[in-house]
Amino acid sequence: MQQRTLPYLLLLPATLFLCVFFIYPFLLVAWQAISQDGALTLEHFRTMAGHWKFSTAFWNTMLLALAVVPVQLALALFMATLVTRMGAGRDVILYIWTIPLGISDLAAGIIWLAIFEQTGFLNSILSSLGVINQPVTWLGYQDKATIFLAVVLAELWRATAIVLVILVAGMGLIPKEYYEAAEVFGAGPWKRFVRITLPLLRPSIQTALILRTILAFEVFAVVAALGGTNLPVLMGETYQWQFALQDRHVAAAYALVILAISIAFTLVFLRTLRVPKEAQV
Amino acid sequence: MTAVTATETVAATADIRKRGRLVFAATIIILCAWVLAPIYLLVVNALSSPDQVNAFPKSFVPGFETDSIAFFMGFAGVAKALFNSILVACITMALSIGLGAPAGYALSRFEFRGKGVFRIMVLMTRAFPLPLLALPLAVLFIRTGLDDTALGLALVHTTLALPFAVLITFSLFSGIPVELEEAAWTLGCTRVQAFRKVVLPLVLPGIAASAVFAFVISWNEVFAAAVLTIENRTLTAFLLQNLDVSPLHLKFAGGAVLVVPALIFIFAVRKYLFAMWGIANR
Repeated sequence: MQQRTLPYLLLLPATLFLCVFFIYPFLLVAWQAISQDGALTLEHFRTMAGHWKFSTAFWNTMLLALAVVPVQLALALFMATLVTRMGAGRDVILYIWTIPLGISDLAAGIIWLAIFEQTGFLNSILSSLGVINQPVTWLGYQDKATIFLAVVLAELWRATAIVLVILVAGMGLIPKEYYEAAEVFGAGPWKRFVRITLPLLRPSIQTALILRTILAFEVFAVVAALGGTNLPVLMGETYQWQFALQDRHVAAAYALVILAISIAFTLVFLRTLRVPKEAQV
Repeated sequence: MTAVTATETVAATADIRKRGRLVFAATIIILCAWVLAPIYLLVVNALSSPDQVNAFPKSFVPGFETDSIAFFMGFAGVAKALFNSILVACITMALSIGLGAPAGYALSRFEFRGKGVFRIMVLMTRAFPLPLLALPLAVLFIRTGLDDTALGLALVHTTLALPFAVLITFSLFSGIPVELEEAAWTLGCTRVQAFRKVVLPLVLPGIAASAVFAFVISWNEVFAAAVLTIENRTLTAFLLQNLDVSPLHLKFAGGAVLVVPALIFIFAVRKYLFAMWGIANR
């Protein structure tokens, strides 16, 4: 009898916790977004969509994800391939490359602020090279393009490590024999990469893409540190409505928008990168 | 004649190989610099006096002044925020291991109905923007008196860290042969004794690593911390709130204080980073 109940007893605390603090709050936030004093209403979504910042925030978030995630995947694939070819020193290099994993988005924003602010390192380099005579403002309220670029760089810098770790772990699972066989039949490095590594790495690529895209939709502190409110993003607007504008219902509506695009993209990745059961390594 | 061309081709391929190795090494060094240089620049700022930080053009070598850090540490509210950050992270660590490790053990040792459902629930948490949980919980916490407390925030951070704790401990327990435990049972140990004397010593380093990982997740979290705390700000919430008003040297010193512990922790758990993602793919 004990044998049968023991696993359930062990799972009970974690399950209860996730029900109370994960599933229930999401039902609660949905209810908050579509109700007012107990009655159903779409008023909050109308307020949200009617606000001039909404579509800017929405498209900024989308464009940021679009600019960051594909580059990250390509860069991480490249770095992971280098890692598999390394001999001595592999562990040291891997540690260095995964350092940004431990750095919070806020700290990453502050780090890149040190480079892009007016008396920062970028201007110092440019002026010592004689390119500019006086400091250029990169992050002013009119410089949306450079703020965008700075955020993209900071995100590339900070969050490529997580993709790298997932891909390196995935590459470790690919049997060496496949590569040896391909080499015997005369496949070059590029062909081996395209025909063996990429297809067999599909589950890892899927995991990495889902995780990174969702995190990209949550971008918040990096933008706050580099651009303040000059570059509105969805998460930043959620925070604004919750605090500055004191309207929880509209903040909840924003949360549902972020949730909706996260789930939509997760489903897209799950479908397009599906791995048939019999094709798994 | 043929012999000469043969040695020439050998020399040429050796040359190409050498050049290839050089490009390989150079690429690795550039990528290392890409990661390390920004951190170095932050350290330069943190170790310079406020005047040096605001000077232009800026020196690329730190002034080795502790004024900025001292100013930051003495700034009103910083000491308390630092304490809150550590407190919340410690509670998160204890909760996520306390709840996650038994679940990881159950997943690795038993076959039972509902196992798939639980795994899907754990994996599902990754498809959700979890910091948003702070919004509805803010209301709930006001009703239950948990608002603006370390425990309330730690509960949210635990939802972030728990899935990782479950997956890491699952892979740890799966790495220990069940035969070891069975041998202990046949020698007269009870299930609990066998676990304590045989399994626990073997997994303890891994458990410690996943605890550290939970600590870092909580230490770095910004959004939920900023939403759920008002008086009892954590360090990230404090820095975020003061972004508009604080002078540059305060921001950079704060950034450095955020980064340094994270670096040490990641160094401590580096061995386990890959184990957990390898298993998490499935």
